[in-house]
Amino acid sequence: MTTDASTKVTLPPKGTVVLEARGVTKRYGQVTALDHADLELRAGEVLAVVGDNGAGKSTLIKILCGAVVPDEGEVLLDGKPVHFRSPLDARKLGIETVYQDLAVAPALDIATNLFLGRELRHQGPLGTWLRLLDKSRMRREAQHEMDQLKFHLPSIDSAVEKLSGGQRQGVAVARAAIFARRLVIMDEPTAALGVRESGQVLNLIRTIRDRGLAVILISHDMPHVFEVADRIQIMRLGRRAAVTTPQKRTMSEVVAIMTGAARGDEPGEGNGAG
Amino acid sequence: MPASKRTGSGLVRLITTPTFGPLIVLIVFCAVFSLATKTFLATGNLSLVVQQSVIVGTLAIGQTMIILTAGIDLANGGIAVLGTILAGRLVAEQQNPVLSLLFALFICTSVGFTSGLLVSRLMLPPFIVTLGLLGIVTAITRLTAQGGAFPVTDDLLSWTGNAFGVGDTSITYGMIVMFGLYAVVWYLLTQTAWGRHVYAIGNNREAARLVGIPVQARLLSVYTSAGLLYGIGAWLALGRIPNADPNALQNANLDSITAVVIGGTSLFGGRGSLWGTLIGTLIVSVLRNGLTLTGIDPLWQDLITGILVISAVALDQISRRKQR
Repeated sequence: MTTDASTKVTLPPKGTVVLEARGVTKRYGQVTALDHADLELRAGEVLAVVGDNGAGKSTLIKILCGAVVPDEGEVLLDGKPVHFRSPLDARKLGIETVYQDLAVAPALDIATNLFLGRELRHQGPLGTWLRLLDKSRMRREAQHEMDQLKFHLPSIDSAVEKLSGGQRQGVAVARAAIFARRLVIMDEPTAALGVRESGQVLNLIRTIRDRGLAVILISHDMPHVFEVADRIQIMRLGRRAAVTTPQKRTMSEVVAIMTGAARGDEPGEGNGAG
Repeated sequence: MPASKRTGSGLVRLITTPTFGPLIVLIVFCAVFSLATKTFLATGNLSLVVQQSVIVGTLAIGQTMIILTAGIDLANGGIAVLGTILAGRLVAEQQNPVLSLLFALFICTSVGFTSGLLVSRLMLPPFIVTLGLLGIVTAITRLTAQGGAFPVTDDLLSWTGNAFGVGDTSITYGMIVMFGLYAVVWYLLTQTAWGRHVYAIGNNREAARLVGIPVQARLLSVYTSAGLLYGIGAWLALGRIPNADPNALQNANLDSITAVVIGGTSLFGGRGSLWGTLIGTLIVSVLRNGLTLTGIDPLWQDLITGILVISAVALDQISRRKQR
């Protein structure tokens, strides 16, 4: 709980693989949710993961953020195998997750929400012995981060429930951006938002990527995916069906691969599966 | 949380502070009663008002912490009575008073710990857990008391009833203890990460879990420390009336909930303040005392308290609905 928001670990150079999943499999009874799926995520990119319902994308994401333990396969962070048993394990290694259902405490103010679970204490005996919070430092750093992210909010002291849905999601995204040291996983971050509000959140995603963090974006919304993604991973039947880019494929082609109407077999695009 | 001295219009902040309404109600009651009867503002009477609120006021601290986590405690009065009976009986059987008191505090804390375990690990509803514990604790109390009430004459156990004078105001040690507890718990709730976690759990338990707050451990600590506070409440009760009575404090659970709610804390958890609870406790006490002094039938006290409780909950509901 002593994570200091100002100490940023130096990020790996753009393009190096930060996170890799190899042949991860997850079965729930008779159902195979994930069948030897792979994923590669590089620093400084937005990788969109798309797929029909039941294609295994949420199971894959839950494995990557530590919420689900895979039956088979391995997850590598910076090339080293890791075994997450809880989201806390993943977070300790610099992986932050933004959930679709606005995981904020509505009655608490923005600064409090940003530092929730990672509060900063006063340095010296006041903090060590009396556990006194350093509220002004948290407010300052919260304001600083919001300015850096170019995300404008009425006041860092206002309760989150006074904000619009987009601003609330902005708070959740900003929290991930502040504390993520390697990558941010976003699970349908725009699902509950209107057009303009989604735009604000997509801007935030770009800002985070431009900082050199890697971003995994799970979304149903093809226009959003094509707007921010550098690469698109298409899931089908619990496997990686193809990896492509918004430049190489159109939306309808991606949807066709998702539904099985077309095959993602372009050279250097797929992984041989399907 | 207290009115903040930050940017912007201080007045607006003050009025929108949840404790502002209860404070106005308290001031209005004090003004009305001091106009109606000269004796109300007499220092001796004001001291009495506070003395009369010491027990429920202390139980209400634990109640506030629990309600902030979106829980409720129906057992607090029962736990405190068990404390008085245990300490009183041990002393009556020639045990060391210090050890007797510590043992009573330990048992009260353990009961709090038990409800905390049931609420946090087994995820049982606090209402049911504390209702069940109230029955269990009351039965144990009656079995331990072996009959009716008995006097407790020990100096240590009745110490909180001792008074010293400041000018012509008499201040009991029990009052000091209660205000001290308010100060300590206020600090924990507003100035430490623990307090923020308590509010966050009551606000959105799932979000609290997702940001990595150890929800179970925090809930356990809330119920356990509430149990300790109820034990201290037992000590204060022996100071008020040096008599261990298994039938005492039967309405203390509802009285403490009343104080918390009138003080502006939401029964849905996550919003409210400890100072509001202190004000709520004093409102009820001032009402009782003032009506008695003015010669009005004390039955009106229950009626007015009832109206206040419903108004407070209605205000909370309306303000919560607005936020949607």
